[in-house]
Amino acid sequence: MTTAAPQGDVSTPAASPLETVTRIASEVARVHADSVDREGRFPVEAMEALKRARMLGLLVPASLGGPEVPLDQVASMCEALAHHCASTAMVFAMHHIQVACLARHGMASPMLRAYLTELNEKQLLIASVTSEVGVGGEMRASVTAVEQRDGRFSLDKDATTISYGEHADDLLATARRAPDAPRNDQSLVLLRKGSFTLERTSNWDTMGMRGTCSPGFKVRSTGPSEHVLPVAFADIASQTMVPVSHVLWGSVWLGIAAGAVARARAFVRQQARAKPGTVPPTASRLAEVHNLLQTMRASVHEVSAEAGRRMAASDPEALSSISFSLKMNNLKVSASTLVADIVHRALLICGIQGYKNDSPFSLGRYLRDAHSAALMIGNDRILATNASLLLVLKED
Amino acid sequence: MIESIRNILKEHARLSTDITTLSDTADLYQAGMTSHASVNVMLALEASFDVEFPDRMLKRTVFQSVSSIREAVEELTAGK
Repeated sequence: MTTAAPQGDVSTPAASPLETVTRIASEVARVHADSVDREGRFPVEAMEALKRARMLGLLVPASLGGPEVPLDQVASMCEALAHHCASTAMVFAMHHIQVACLARHGMASPMLRAYLTELNEKQLLIASVTSEVGVGGEMRASVTAVEQRDGRFSLDKDATTISYGEHADDLLATARRAPDAPRNDQSLVLLRKGSFTLERTSNWDTMGMRGTCSPGFKVRSTGPSEHVLPVAFADIASQTMVPVSHVLWGSVWLGIAAGAVARARAFVRQQARAKPGTVPPTASRLAEVHNLLQTMRASVHEVSAEAGRRMAASDPEALSSISFSLKMNNLKVSASTLVADIVHRALLICGIQGYKNDSPFSLGRYLRDAHSAALMIGNDRILATNASLLLVLKED
Repeated sequence: MIESIRNILKEHARLSTDITTLSDTADLYQAGMTSHASVNVMLALEASFDVEFPDRMLKRTVFQSVSSIREAVEELTAGK
């Protein structure tokens, strides 16, 4: 076990996983966040620290040797990391979404159970390959198909983005279940390191979330047929991938918003100290934005707790109900809208000190990162889905 | 009833396979029906059979095949 604490590693035997991650956030992620953003590079320091602290197997079931931490705790960790480095937080979130899918839908397969044990032992990082050229951003459709012959599969995919693709150990890719299957009849396939190649097809020079390093790639892979998950991707998506994504993404955005408000609060305090005995005019704006942050926090926590409860109940119907889908979609839309609003308000409070890139109250990175939220599965697409779900919902 | 259900599916399910080649138990999702299309199927079934699908029936398994749809519609029309 790697419990020795090298430089930058802050784990102590007594610390809870959440305390450990919170310390990695402030002592490692915070220190490197600006260079990660400026250079658009992978947050190696923070991810290494998380690996050393053994935080990549958190959702691996206890029966497979994992810590089996509840989802809301992982959500709190995403929030803590995003306070200081949204890219680190998003990579951490996306990895755990993949682990959740395997832990909840791969248990019938001896090979996947063994993989989860290995993932926890070796702290492997998994990336997701759901995007594809030609499907227009629709996760529940694929062009490419997985082909199986003589106990082996082959899968080639032209992905528009693979977040941290070049930094991941293994990949989880969607594809049509068979060459004659329609676009939405998909399987999820585990691609192991060494059995796939990536050919980069575009760059990742974006406004924000620069450290997630998510260019497009052509993926070519083969492997044993056991690596094709035995469950339809439709079920994995509705019961696990979508709810877990919305919970963890929402928590990342909550962390960004809280980080921005923390800077605004520090700025207002500094102003107050300059004129003792008076409340600075920005303090009212701080009260307003703090109120909004509380609304956002209440909503993210409430819906996350419900998702966690429904998932723990292991009742697939509870997760595929229309009212629950609506609720999860609403969480995504409201959290992604609120984060941009809150960071914008924090910027107005900090004024030119927030606008400058080299001040302690700088909010440029927060603002740019926050604007990715509405684009990750576009809010218009989600609202269109909700519009159609509301045609059939009978009661609330 | 099977005929009406099949007609509705033909019109609204947007299958990538011809409905007449599918058995009553064939998986409609594997035949290309999206969840968006299944909403239109449900609305058409409600209009055609003058029923309302309660929330408890709005799940993937109910709309999975011609026979599962028939069972659901029969249950809803049983009291009429």
